Amino acid sequence: MSHIWSMIAKRLALGLLTLFIVSLLIFGATELLPGDFAEEFLGQAATPETVAAIRRELGLDLPMHTRYIEWLTGVVQGDFGNSLSNRRPVVDLISTRLGNTLFLALYAAAIAVPLSLMLGILAALFRNSFFDRFSNASALTSISFPEFFVAYILIFWLAGRGGMFPSMASFRGDPSLGEMLYRTFLPALTLTLVVTAHMMRMTRAAIINLLASPYIEMARLKGMKPMRVIVRHALPNALAPIINVIALNLAYLITGVVVVEVVFVFPGLGQLMVDSVAARDMPVVQAVALIFAAAYVLLNLTADVLATLSNPRLVHRR
Amino acid sequence: MTESTSDKPVLLTMKNLRIEGRADETWAEIVHGIDLTLHKGEVLGLIGESGAGKSTVGLAAMGFTRDGCRISGGEIVFDGIDLMQASEATRRELRGKRIAYVAQSAAASFNPAHKLMDQYCEAPVQHGVMNRDEAERDAVDLYRRMQLPEPDVIGFRYPHQVSGGQLQRAMTAMAMACRPDLIIFDEPTTALDVTTQIEVLAAIRNIVEQFDTAAIYITHDLAVVAQMADRIKVLLKGDEVEEADTRSMLAAPKEDYTKSLWAVRSHARAEQPPVAADKVPVVSVQNITAGYGSVDVLQDVSFDIHERRTVAVVGESGSGKSTTARVITGLLVPRQGQILFDGATLPPDYRRRTRDQLRQAQMIYQMADTALNPKLRIRDLIGRPAQMYLGLQGKALTERIRNLLELIELEPDDYIDRLPSELSGGQKQRIGIARALAAEPKFIICDEVTSALDQLVAEGILKLLDKLQTEFDLAYMFITHDLATVKAIADEVVVMKEGKVIEQGPKSEMFQPPHDPYTELLLSSVPEMDPDWLTDLLRERDAR
Amino acid sequence: MGFLIGFLWFVAVIAACMAAGWLFRTIAIAVTPKGVKKELRTAPLTASFGMLVIIIYIIVAVFAPLIAPFPERAVLGAEYLPWDDVHLLGTDNLGRDMLSRLIFGARNTVGIAFATTALAFLIGSILGLLAATVGGWLDQALSRAVDVLMAIPALIFSLLLLTIFGTSILTLIIVIAIIDSTRVYRLARSVALNIVVMDYIEAAKLRGEGLWRLITREILPNAMAPLVAEFGLRFCFVFLAISALSFLGLGLQPPMADWGSMVKENATLIAFGDITPLLPAGAIALLTVSVNFVVDWQLHRASGLKE
Repeated sequence: MSHIWSMIAKRLALGLLTLFIVSLLIFGATELLPGDFAEEFLGQAATPETVAAIRRELGLDLPMHTRYIEWLTGVVQGDFGNSLSNRRPVVDLISTRLGNTLFLALYAAAIAVPLSLMLGILAALFRNSFFDRFSNASALTSISFPEFFVAYILIFWLAGRGGMFPSMASFRGDPSLGEMLYRTFLPALTLTLVVTAHMMRMTRAAIINLLASPYIEMARLKGMKPMRVIVRHALPNALAPIINVIALNLAYLITGVVVVEVVFVFPGLGQLMVDSVAARDMPVVQAVALIFAAAYVLLNLTADVLATLSNPRLVHRR
Repeated sequence: MTESTSDKPVLLTMKNLRIEGRADETWAEIVHGIDLTLHKGEVLGLIGESGAGKSTVGLAAMGFTRDGCRISGGEIVFDGIDLMQASEATRRELRGKRIAYVAQSAAASFNPAHKLMDQYCEAPVQHGVMNRDEAERDAVDLYRRMQLPEPDVIGFRYPHQVSGGQLQRAMTAMAMACRPDLIIFDEPTTALDVTTQIEVLAAIRNIVEQFDTAAIYITHDLAVVAQMADRIKVLLKGDEVEEADTRSMLAAPKEDYTKSLWAVRSHARAEQPPVAADKVPVVSVQNITAGYGSVDVLQDVSFDIHERRTVAVVGESGSGKSTTARVITGLLVPRQGQILFDGATLPPDYRRRTRDQLRQAQMIYQMADTALNPKLRIRDLIGRPAQMYLGLQGKALTERIRNLLELIELEPDDYIDRLPSELSGGQKQRIGIARALAAEPKFIICDEVTSALDQLVAEGILKLLDKLQTEFDLAYMFITHDLATVKAIADEVVVMKEGKVIEQGPKSEMFQPPHDPYTELLLSSVPEMDPDWLTDLLRERDAR
Repeated sequence: MGFLIGFLWFVAVIAACMAAGWLFRTIAIAVTPKGVKKELRTAPLTASFGMLVIIIYIIVAVFAPLIAPFPERAVLGAEYLPWDDVHLLGTDNLGRDMLSRLIFGARNTVGIAFATTALAFLIGSILGLLAATVGGWLDQALSRAVDVLMAIPALIFSLLLLTIFGTSILTLIIVIAIIDSTRVYRLARSVALNIVVMDYIEAAKLRGEGLWRLITREILPNAMAPLVAEFGLRFCFVFLAISALSFLGLGLQPPMADWGSMVKENATLIAFGDITPLLPAGAIALLTVSVNFVVDWQLHRASGLKE
């Protein structure tokens, strides 16, 4: 079994390397600008003094590798520098918001994953039935809607003018868990609707592909009951493709969060990112981008490792 | 094989069985009213070319149809139970317990996520025939009877940890688990090497006799069915052609189609005069050692091919025959050795060869589906080499294309503008030949060109290649694993195993002893049209 | 009660769409040449409806100046006027005619999305086909580079780049095109790899066919079907991405009429129960749904043919 641990160790190392390169990319993207970022940032207000001040603030007068190492060491210690807009340490801005965004993402994932797996598997089992065709068309429609459209429809329908849920989600006043779940229901629902559609379609495709395998036919020819064929023969082989599907969509959840937070004025990382991009607040943008990217890489890595562990061909060598 | 079984009770009858298949949105009949009677303990061979409907009929015996097929008429009665009228639950009860199925590819039919033992015990435990412990002991017993290595341990491996031939025997053992009355063998040895096939055939025959099980043995190989079956039924495109007991049918087939199937193996190439000693060979392979990465696939391979001669390169999978072809065409650069063409050394990499050097050596591939660009019309497929190598244009080019179509015996007006998807397997292979000829080469490599074709169609291709060789003074290198084909077309034979040349020489010498032990094994493993062949062979091998 | 009426309306709308799709398909089958006829007969109602919608959008986008009652940027009256005879859909937050801006939005949003997709597709498929055909170090280098670029989620990466380069139309197109081309690269390369192992490619190489002919005559024609389907899918993604960015205020800038930003500009109306701001969002959704239906039909046919 030891070879499997070395395989996993290799994957982890690869993941770390990817993260390192990503941080380089995020940091080094500013170098791509033909002109000077400080001048771009200040625009009309650029005077030699202000430009020099911004340059010093961002450390643009130092060579790039020095800057990068300083930045990276800072990041590892939890120091992301200061925001250009309001001079506060970036890490202060991020800390509570990170928790909020995670809460929202997990809330949506907790509903979406079981729901879409169930719908996807049912659609595959009852292939070409009315249920299958209807859910396929609905899913296709759902993934075609921009998130803000879904969000506003929900607001229109369930909030505003005596609706059931609040249209702006906030955590002011230190609410209880139940209260939090209530206030963030609409944004979570929006996210769920979009992600479920993607996941359901992918799960359905994976299961249909699986059900066409010769060993499934063999199980039927041995006279096994349909339920047993699904549970004992199909499901164990479905783990790897389904894990992949979930990982892909959870990663999608990360970016879906941005628009949803803006619509519902939710105090999360997505909202922060958008505001910072508008203000061209580089340190904040870089920090948030790094966090999102790290989450993405971590998710893909986990999916990779889990898929390897659930593949008997890899676990038990010849 | 047991002797007359017609006095035993009847186990399975099919009357006027009709099955329809779906293509796009329409249903069309693919089995047109087959009748079948099987007695207890009897082995019926179901033989026919691809598309005859053998698998479909075999599965119907279990009351099962694949997706896209449905039973549209007739009656299937198994031991008094009408399978058409019975409920799905009843049919499910029968499957695995009283009627079992052995599929063509064991590797694909075993669940990769479960051990062999778990899959063996599933049927008897779920059908209530045995409990788990009894089933495990029974499994080991059956693995032993099937002569599998390490029978007490092998069950605890996963399918991917076991070789192909062993898996096929494990699948047969699994089919026996509930001691069924009937087993359906669906081409169980088609995908195996000829030396492995012997072991599986022997094991199957043994176990069927030991447990007095009835069987339907489906195959397209006549010699194999001769060994395994008491009676043979011939199918053609969903119709029944003929049925008789094995010995009578082998000795005196009645229908023309059956006779033509039997006669296929009688085509043989005329003996050629020996080559003059000083004649320069068209292609000379000299001491080639080649491989991928650090592994050597070929070791010190040498042989010559002369004008108007066919050298058959024979070997099982992994012997290096295809790799040799890749070295000759320049796709793989050898580590040592060289290839000479008409006495001059060829650059080892095809990219360094001149256009004329590339033109002289052409290749025809095994699978016509992947050998022809599906988006190009015949006119372009054949015309392109003529255009590139000979600089033909316009009217001259079209003239040449029509010429080539006539040479391969296809009507030019009819075929020139077709797409490959509109042609049958044999026709596509002829287009492959025409494409090779269009370059006016001196040497053609035929890489298993008949292995994917039905016997009658293959026969046609071999005859065509023969005719073209005489007409155009071509030299052929014919790669194959099938010794019957070798007998039919070769002048010289090169036997390869694991990258080395084991033996080589003129055909007449090769088929007579004395031999290298491997050649002996290879030759003796080829089934012959004699029902006693397998029995005699096993007795001989046991005696050694 | 209100819920029931809403539901009935919903069913009626769906039925009308399916009927329109059926009508379109019947007429199209009647007027098109033989090869196209055969294709169209396999189209389900959803795909037929989709094709109808796509054609309508193209017409609106191309003939926008002729169809729109008022100019794109003209301020004509008070803000947020309700629907009346002059301004069929009322006016927006600055007093411009909603309907006209909606029509011009088709030209702007769809046009830019299409240009971006085309650019992404060009870059991605050329590089992908090259990588698969040439193989070796070129394939390794390109694939590793793409892996790195894809390690950052698309939206985040585009936000990062837009912070640096600003949000002009050109930077928007280039940034999104480059990010999206990575997905196209992956698909083109995977499709080409399946083709490159075929014997007829080997036969072509042995004929001494040059790289250009190999790609254009042998590989590309066999890769068209999945590539065209992918084009449709990528268009949807790009279209939604640009709309989302505009909605966030980071995409197409005012006073350009763009559906995403129009939703944002008029969002306050929603609190008053007015659905007008949802119309541009609906327009986005409708086009995306239609393209998705058509692509789904084509993918369904392609996988069915393989069986």
